[in-house]
Amino acid sequence: MNVSFSKRLVAGFAATAVGVSITACGGGDKTANTDFDDTVTVGILHSLSGTMAISESTLVDTEKMAIEEINAAGGVEVDGKKYKIDYIVEDGASDWPTFAEKSEKLIDQDKVPVVFGGWTSASRKAMLPVYESKNAFLYYPIQYEGQECSNNIFYTGATPNQQSEPATKFMFEKSPAAGKPFFLVGSDYVFPRTSNTITKEQVKALGGKVVGEDYLPLGNTEVAPIIAKIKKALPDGGVIINTLNGDQNVAFFKQIQDAGLTPDNGYYVMSYSIAEEEISTIGPEFLEGHYGAWNYMMSIDTPASKKFASDFKAKYGKDRQVADPQESAYNMVYLWKAAVEKANSFDDDKVREALIGIKFDAPQGPVTVMPNHHLSQTVRIGKITKDGQFEILEETDGPVAPQAWNQFEPSSKGFACDWTDANKGEKYKL
Amino acid sequence: MQLLLESLFNGVAIGSVLLVAALGLAIVFGLMGVINLAHGELIMLGAYTTYVVQLIFKLPALQPVYNAYVLVAIPLAFIVSGVVGILLERTVIRRLYGNPLETLLATWGVSLILQQFVRSVPLAYAAGLVLALVLGFSLPIVLPGQLLDRPRARLVRAGSWLVSALAGVLLAGGLASQISRIARATSRNVDVTAPKWMRGGIELSGMIFPVPRLVIIVITILAVLGITWFLNRSVWGMRIRAVTQNRSMSDCLGISTDTVDVLTFGIGSGLAGIAGVAVSLLGSVGPNVGTSYIVGCFMVVVLGGVGNLFGTVLASFAIGVLTDLIGAGRLLSIWPSMPAPLASVVDFFATTSMAQVMVFALIVVFLQFRPAGLFPQRGRMVEA
Repeated sequence: MNVSFSKRLVAGFAATAVGVSITACGGGDKTANTDFDDTVTVGILHSLSGTMAISESTLVDTEKMAIEEINAAGGVEVDGKKYKIDYIVEDGASDWPTFAEKSEKLIDQDKVPVVFGGWTSASRKAMLPVYESKNAFLYYPIQYEGQECSNNIFYTGATPNQQSEPATKFMFEKSPAAGKPFFLVGSDYVFPRTSNTITKEQVKALGGKVVGEDYLPLGNTEVAPIIAKIKKALPDGGVIINTLNGDQNVAFFKQIQDAGLTPDNGYYVMSYSIAEEEISTIGPEFLEGHYGAWNYMMSIDTPASKKFASDFKAKYGKDRQVADPQESAYNMVYLWKAAVEKANSFDDDKVREALIGIKFDAPQGPVTVMPNHHLSQTVRIGKITKDGQFEILEETDGPVAPQAWNQFEPSSKGFACDWTDANKGEKYKL
Repeated sequence: MQLLLESLFNGVAIGSVLLVAALGLAIVFGLMGVINLAHGELIMLGAYTTYVVQLIFKLPALQPVYNAYVLVAIPLAFIVSGVVGILLERTVIRRLYGNPLETLLATWGVSLILQQFVRSVPLAYAAGLVLALVLGFSLPIVLPGQLLDRPRARLVRAGSWLVSALAGVLLAGGLASQISRIARATSRNVDVTAPKWMRGGIELSGMIFPVPRLVIIVITILAVLGITWFLNRSVWGMRIRAVTQNRSMSDCLGISTDTVDVLTFGIGSGLAGIAGVAVSLLGSVGPNVGTSYIVGCFMVVVLGGVGNLFGTVLASFAIGVLTDLIGAGRLLSIWPSMPAPLASVVDFFATTSMAQVMVFALIVVFLQFRPAGLFPQRGRMVEA
C-alpha cells in the first residue's frame, strides 16, 4: 500500500484516447441550478427488463438517490468548478451481450467518465473486455465469487473472504449445528460452483466434512430429489450452505420446511444471496431461524444505517427495503465522487490512482478502497427473525481486507492483486 | 421397503406436478394438434389467480375462511385461464389451423406478450381487466334472450360492456386502495402462502410426506378423473372425440366443429389454470413460472403418445420416478454392492442437472424406437 503512486503504469495511458468527457448541458442553462458551473454525465447500466430487473432496478433507485444527495450537497468539485452530476440510464435487459453493447455506447457515444453497473457475474464477464480495451471505468456493486481483478473495474461488493468464509467458520464453530457435516446447494452457474469449491476446501481445513452437494439448473424448481439427498446425507441434521438464485430459493425453502428440514429438527441453512428484499418475497415464516451473511444489514443499529434506510423509504415508499447490494451501489457513487475530487480531474487514470486508499463512512461503517480495487468491509452474520430482518449475531472487529484471489482454492492460493505497483498488477505471487 | 416406498412417493410427487401441468396440453396438443407454446403462460395466469384469490381472502372480512381459499382458487383459475385460452383461440389460433409452424410462432409471441403483461401491468389492474372481460363476455349469455333480439340489442350489448368495464375499474381501484402491494407494477415474484394445514408434513412410520405434495397429487387425480369422465361420458366430450377422429364426418352429422374447437381449447387452457394453482404451492409465482414447465409438458405428451390421455399419465409418472431414481442417487442405496465402475457412473448422474440430461437422453433414445410414444394412436388417422 505504501508503494508510491508514481511507480504506477502511467506511461502510455495519458496518451490514450479515452478522455474525460464533460457534456455541457447545451441550452439547458436556464433551468439548471445556477450554483453549478457545469455538468458531468455518468452512466448507469442495469437490467430494467427481463428476469434480473427485479433485483437490478433497486440498484438504479439507490444510485439515483446517491447522485441526488451529492447534487443537493453542492455536486462534485473539480478544479475549483462545481459540477452537477447528471446520469444516463441504460437497460442491460438481463442479456449479457447487451451489457457489453450498452457499455460501448455509454463510453463511445455518451463519453461518460464512469459507468455504475451490473449484477450477475455473467454480465460483468461480458462487460470486462469492453472496459479493458477502451481503458474505461466500471463500478460493480455485487458480492461475487472473486477470482478476478481488473484494472478497469472497481468491485464494491464482498469477495468470498468477506462473506462466505466467515459464514462457514461461524456455522462450523458457533452455530447450533457446530461440528456437524455440511451439504451444499446452489444454482448451476459460475458463482455457486466457485463459491462451493472454496467452501469445500475451507471446511476440510477446519476439520469438518462436506457430505454432498447439488446444483439446480437455472429455471428448474423441482427440488424433491435434492431434499431426498439432503435427508440421506444429513440424517441427524447439519449445515446447508445455500447459493441458489432468485425464485429457486422460494421453492427450496417452502419444500424443505414441508419435508421437515427445519431449524427445530437441527437443519440450519446459511444463504449467501438472501437479503431483506428476498426474505420478504419468500416469506419470513419459511426462513425464521436460518442464517445469512452480509456486509450491510438493515438492522444495523447506527445513525448512518438508519439514515440510509429512512432516506430510501422517504424517497421510494415506506414498504421498500434496503439491503447489502443497494448499500454497495450507494457507496460506489460516493467513492467515485471522492476520488474525482481527490484527483481534481475526471481523467480515468488520475481517478483510478486517487481511488486507492479513499475512506468512506458507509451505512455499514467505514470502508476503504484497497490496492486490489476491492473494498475492505465489515462482515456480519445474522439470524433471520419473524419480522423478516437479521438479528446480528456476529460482527468482525472492523473491516476485513478483500482477497480477490481466494486462498482456499488451489489454483489461486498464494496469489494476490495490487494495481499500485507496476511489477505486481492483476495476479502476482505473494 | 421403506426406501422403495419413499422413492415411489417422490417419483409420484414429481410426476403429478408434470402431469397436472401437461394435462391441458394433452388435450390441446393431443386432441386438437395445436402446438400451443403459450401453455406455460396459461399455467402462470392460474398461479397469479391463486395469488389474487389469496390476497382477497386475507382481507379482514374473509380471514375466518382463509383456509378455504384453494376451493375458490381452483374454479376461478380454471375460468381465468379458460377464458384467456378461448380468446387466444378465437383471435389467433383459429386463423392458423393446419399451419403448425405459424401456430408455433404465433403462440410463442403470445407467450412473450403475456409474460411482459404480468411484468408491466399492476396486479390490481390486471384483476380488473380480467373481471371486465369475463363479465363482458358472459353478460350477453346470461341476459334474457328477448333483450338481445330487440332493435336496441346493440345498445344492450354496449351497455353490458360498459357495466363490465365499470365493474373492472371498480375492482381495480378497490383492490389498489385496499392492498397497496398490488397497486404498482412489480416484476418481483410473488408468493402464495399456503394456510397452516397445507404446510409441513405428515409423519408416517419414519417417513415424512409433505402436505403440499399430497394436495397436488389429489388435485391431479381429481383433474384426471374429471377430464376422463368428461371426454368419455358427457355429450360434449363425445363430440370432441368425434371431431378429433373425423372432422368432416362430424361436421356432416351436425356437430358444430367450431364450438367443439372453442370448448376443447377452453378446457385445455382451464386445466393449465388448475396446474397454476398446484405449482403455486411449491414455489413462487412469477412471470417466468410457465417457461420452466413448458418443455416438460411437451416431453410428457410426446412420450405418452399424442392424443392418448392414459399415455400422458403413465409418461408423467415414468419421468417422475426416473428423475428421482437418478437425481437422488437412489440406485446406489437400493443396490449398495454395485460394482465400482458402475457405481461411479451412477454417482456422476446423481445430481439434478445431470439427472435431467440423463432423463432427456433416455426419452430421445426411446423415441428413436417408438416415435409415436408409449401408446400410439391406432386406427383411423386423426385429421390427416
